[in-house]
Amino acid sequence: MSLLLGAFTIGLILALLALGVYISFRLFNFPDVTAEGSITLGAASTAALLVAGAHPVLATVVGTLAGAAAGTMTGLLHTRFKINGLLAGILVMTALYSINLHVMGKSNVPLLTEATVFTAAEAAGLALNQGNPDINVLGWRVRAGEAGMLVGALLFALLITAVVNWFFRTELGTAMRATGDNPQMIRALGVNVESHVTLGLALSNGLVALAGSLLAQYQGFADVQMGIGMLVWGLASVIIGEALIGHSRLGLLLLGAVMGSVLFRLLVAIALRWGLNPNDLKLITALFVLAALVAPTWLRSVRKPKATGHA
Amino acid sequence: MLEIQRISKTFHPGTPNEVAALRQVSLTLESGEFLVIIGTNGSGKSTLLNAVAGTFLTDSGSIVLDKHDVTKWREHRRASLIGRVFQNPFSGTAPSMSIMENLALAARRGMPRTLGLLPGRTLREAIRTRVRSLNMGLEDRLENAIGSLSGGQRQALTLLMATWRKPKLLLLDEHTAALDPKSADQVLRLGGEIIEKEKLTTLMVTHSMTQAITFGTRIIMMHRGAVLHDLRGVEKQRARVDDLLGRFEAIRRREQLDAGTAEMLRRQYV
Repeated sequence: MSLLLGAFTIGLILALLALGVYISFRLFNFPDVTAEGSITLGAASTAALLVAGAHPVLATVVGTLAGAAAGTMTGLLHTRFKINGLLAGILVMTALYSINLHVMGKSNVPLLTEATVFTAAEAAGLALNQGNPDINVLGWRVRAGEAGMLVGALLFALLITAVVNWFFRTELGTAMRATGDNPQMIRALGVNVESHVTLGLALSNGLVALAGSLLAQYQGFADVQMGIGMLVWGLASVIIGEALIGHSRLGLLLLGAVMGSVLFRLLVAIALRWGLNPNDLKLITALFVLAALVAPTWLRSVRKPKATGHA
Repeated sequence: MLEIQRISKTFHPGTPNEVAALRQVSLTLESGEFLVIIGTNGSGKSTLLNAVAGTFLTDSGSIVLDKHDVTKWREHRRASLIGRVFQNPFSGTAPSMSIMENLALAARRGMPRTLGLLPGRTLREAIRTRVRSLNMGLEDRLENAIGSLSGGQRQALTLLMATWRKPKLLLLDEHTAALDPKSADQVLRLGGEIIEKEKLTTLMVTHSMTQAITFGTRIIMMHRGAVLHDLRGVEKQRARVDDLLGRFEAIRRREQLDAGTAEMLRRQYV
């Protein structure tokens, strides 16, 4: 049960990553590799600040802003210097690897004794349960602290989803979506496409870094390697979410990304439990995303027999 | 309203592909004038339109629009004064966004984009009313993605979008060339109505001589990046398709003559 709760919580934390990837990949049609660096940057800067004795909320906010700055950098490289989007992301991601090492001072920072936002959620869970360490949920014994963290992560993920949904329905947010959809059109309506793309990448990487910051606080360490494969992970969540929702309304799609993240994490936890070699995890994730990207076109060509020969 | 002074533009300068697309073009448009630009392929008619829209900056000359010197303004900044309909029906609308959202975006053309929700209730009603007036049955599909509509419907909506906030200048770039005849007719008529009602200053590029004589108050004919003829007033009203074709024929013959003369000279003296 503890394993399941943990998978749920991590899935909800990584839902923020999925939201960030949704913004760059789907709204801006920009496969932004910066995410792999900015998730670590969020974790690294939060961990460094926590070790230095900063308040967890402050440390989380700074981690988020650091990610937004990284996204801004990618955006500027792409829009001002006309560097291919994929390459711009790779450049910033590579640079971030060194920066992350500098921020942490070493390749791994443990957060075993530091107070984090999750220790607060844990304490709240215990307090709500009148100090009793266990809760009975439908006959299952659940640790109150873990339940507190899960509920905290859930509420926070929903809150952020609502805020993102609201933002992309404002005048500014709608213009940003149009920027990703048809830059020529929105430019003719007076919008500075370059700055809107940059802002979108800042927002996306801010969310990704927030996910990194929370993940470090939840699992109790930040590691310079933790970003590897995270973009594909986010993509998998987005794709699962779209399959779950099958609808084009923005709010539902964002919610779908959150659900996709949780579901994907659960599937992974179960697969690992059944004896999947953890070394194969990234290979399988990549194959999954590949299949999800290829399947729609492939299915269409199978369903519609080729009209060859006579017209 | 619009004052173009000797603008020039050369694409790919210093390469074998060098093209002098605009050569010292000057043009003055009074407020409310509806100018139709015709010309052969590669004559620079669309380039002239794009120069005014700010798609690129000109090499020399100046463009003054509504007392603003916009010569150095970038495209999105000029959009506060200019409404635009493109040749490609897919260019003017955001395909995965709804009809409502597209029009709502257009209602804020050139205005700062705030954190207010879009569209608000009054705008929503206004959009519904205007879309209903198109008589295309689109008012019941306002929440549908605009990408699901036909080219003609999208172009009609783009016209609505370009003129939602009255532009100082409306640019129509062969906006019906990609449509079937029926839709083209519909979109042309809609455009004519809006331009007349709002007294819009308009630049329209077309390759249809019929459109040129039916619409507008003035015709210019372009060739090789320069304005060759300028018909206005009575001359424009009297112009017939044959006259315009005749003028094109004259250009063609003169060029042939030039080529022929050159050939003769070459034979005699080289």
